[in-house]
Amino acid sequence: MRHIISVLVENKFGVLARIAGLFSGRGYNIESLSVNATENEDISIMTIVTRGDDHIIEQIIKQLRKLVNTIKVRDVTQVDHIERELALLKVHATQRTRPDILSIIETFRGKVVDITKESLVVEITGDQNKLNAIINVLEPYGIIEIIKSGTIAIARGNKSTTDFTKQDIKSQEE
Amino acid sequence: MSKTGAEILVECLKKHNVDLIFGYPGGVLLHIYDRLFDSDILHVLPRHEQGGIHAADGYARSTGKVGVCFGTSGPGATNLVTGIATAYLDSVPLVVFTGQVSTNLIGGDAFQEADIVGITRPIVKHSYLVKDVEDLAPTIAEAFHLAKTGRPGPVLVDLPKDVIAAKSKNLCSTDIKLVGYNPTYEGHPMQIKKMLKMLENAKAPVVLIGGGVKWSNAHEELKKFVETLNLPVVSSLMGIGAFPNPHKNWVGWAGMHGNYASNKTLTEADFILAIGTRFSDRTTGRLDAYAPKAKKAQIDIDPTSIDKNVKVDIPIVGDCKTVLNQILNYIKDFNWDKCKNDREDWLKKIEYWNNERPFSYKFSDKIIKPQFVVEKIYEVTNGDAIITTEVGQNQMWAAQFYKFKDPRQFITSGGLGTMGYGFPAAIGAKLGNPNKEVFDIAGDGSFLMNMQELCTAVQYRVGVKVAILNNKFLGMIRQWQHLFYNKRYSYSCLECQPDFVKLADAYGCVGFQVVNPSDVEPVLRESLKIKDKPVLFDFLVDREENVYPMVPAGAALNEMIYGEK
Ligand SMILES: Cc1ncc(C[n+]2csc(CCOP(=O)(O)OP(=O)(O)O)c2C)c(N)n1
Ligand SMILES: [Mg+2]
Repeated sequence: MRHIISVLVENKFGVLARIAGLFSGRGYNIESLSVNATENEDISIMTIVTRGDDHIIEQIIKQLRKLVNTIKVRDVTQVDHIERELALLKVHATQRTRPDILSIIETFRGKVVDITKESLVVEITGDQNKLNAIINVLEPYGIIEIIKSGTIAIARGNKSTTDFTKQDIKSQEE
Repeated sequence: MSKTGAEILVECLKKHNVDLIFGYPGGVLLHIYDRLFDSDILHVLPRHEQGGIHAADGYARSTGKVGVCFGTSGPGATNLVTGIATAYLDSVPLVVFTGQVSTNLIGGDAFQEADIVGITRPIVKHSYLVKDVEDLAPTIAEAFHLAKTGRPGPVLVDLPKDVIAAKSKNLCSTDIKLVGYNPTYEGHPMQIKKMLKMLENAKAPVVLIGGGVKWSNAHEELKKFVETLNLPVVSSLMGIGAFPNPHKNWVGWAGMHGNYASNKTLTEADFILAIGTRFSDRTTGRLDAYAPKAKKAQIDIDPTSIDKNVKVDIPIVGDCKTVLNQILNYIKDFNWDKCKNDREDWLKKIEYWNNERPFSYKFSDKIIKPQFVVEKIYEVTNGDAIITTEVGQNQMWAAQFYKFKDPRQFITSGGLGTMGYGFPAAIGAKLGNPNKEVFDIAGDGSFLMNMQELCTAVQYRVGVKVAILNNKFLGMIRQWQHLFYNKRYSYSCLECQPDFVKLADAYGCVGFQVVNPSDVEPVLRESLKIKDKPVLFDFLVDREENVYPMVPAGAALNEMIYGEK
């Protein structure tokens, strides 16, 4: 099962290495990881996408919590949430194919951010399904390069993602 | 007033009640060593950094205090790695200071530069690279706090040379800012009551203890709890000593070379209360056949230890001592007469198993049996000695044939299984407990790994005893080759070895070679008179003796193999 885990960490020397090392050292898998500062510059948030059965996910969460520099850890996939990924796609586009491609991009609400005689770059955001869909459709035209940001996720509702408690999760389920 | 980093460091160590350091100097540490020269902290110079850190570890395990050691940048730091891993796996509180090249040189492959924070990241509880002298005092305060609270462990502090030379007004700090670190000491009352309810209805319960009981100083509470409810106690290797042996509720220790009754008890139990033990593979045997009939509850301060290997029905996150005190408060609210008769039958059964197959060996009056040596050490020390061990058969026989009554009496590298640990650990233990007899029960292979510390022991007049059970083999390896590889003793024979008596002599200590069983006890007694220098015994033992019982790797606890009776 795919899980998205939000990890609030102190913005200290070596934190990223500790977290990446935990995953590699214990044989957990990382599908994507993104890090950024929060509104408080001493604190960063990491969004980690991983896979594993319940037992492994539980261990991952506990091991993350055990790191001295982690403040809060939440499995975002347990709560109502919004997921986004940003992709920049460089697609082969000639004068002949360009109109078709532009209409596809429009359908997906992408944005063209660069254009040359033979190619264009699309900026597109969405969840994994949406990104996969547009990539599939553009494939036949020739995709030159795909750069993706990795998933970020945020909980719906008033609370910060990592402030959701077990209680909140239970009441959402009911 | 401002002081240099080196001065601040030495003053902070004193503020944290450090009275003993094991350290080895080097270029980047010279500022610090210059300060140590005038300090009244005892600094012991081992002859190898590995010896130093194991000594700090032995000191910590035998006293319960934080062990402190120093190593210089590069090779000094990398020589500490095995010691850090050893301490990490057995949850030993250490603060390890390493020198580092100046901050402006870091990353440039400078002379004796090694990224020790990176190298040790997976084997420390936490680590720091101090980049600014202003952070030094608070970092030291955090390091000591982290090492000894929660689940203890080694903390590394890397000190660049320029930081140590720089000056700061931030002299000492108790100001700990660890927003993400807050170990849970108190157990959840609901969980504890649920556990007691389960225990109330158990007909064949057992308490399984581990090293956590020692670190949390919970042995008194444990004893009171067990005696009040008359429960049998089984331990892991690391838990040995946390409950007294002999005692009518003591069953033994479980696992690969544990006693038959303990493994049998776990297999037949209907309820296990695990306290401060992490269900390591050496203790559980094959997991799908582990304690198949038992409901399980587990008390541990480290949530990652719960449900990691063995799924438990009632997790209780908390400190062993605190939770045991909570338990003692709730006990009276339950009806302990309910299954009393069943539990008495259960205890009788366990007693029967213990009589059926106790730890045993065939005595010989012609050749020294290694187990016999351990028994004699037990006798001549009245069971009061601190015993450290090396790794291999010697370790298992020490655990099987010495009876431990105190929680800080049995000191062994259980998690990492580090050969060469026992002797330096014994030096640390003796320095921490000068009035106790300290024996390293050693193998001939392991001892050679850190024997240079004889020099340290002589220099500081450390009267430790090293009892080599000399089988001229990497005995435990030979045993596996005997049992599972058709007796093909591939590279496990140690026929070439030094003359240990001459070796002792060369270092300025006392050496005895013992060949006859009848000489074992007199020589041991004689040696007890020697107080101010190490004594090295070369006991020439039966070379192909095996350790039994044994649960082969991958087998279940009830699939033990036994030697001939
Ligand atoms: C540093 C290290 N290297 C290798 C091993 C693997 N090993 C485990 S026991 C053992 C043999 C130990 O021989 P010895 O010290 O003579 O003890 P004995 O088993 O003969 O009592 C070896 C090589 C280890 N535990 N530690
Ligand atoms: Mg040997």
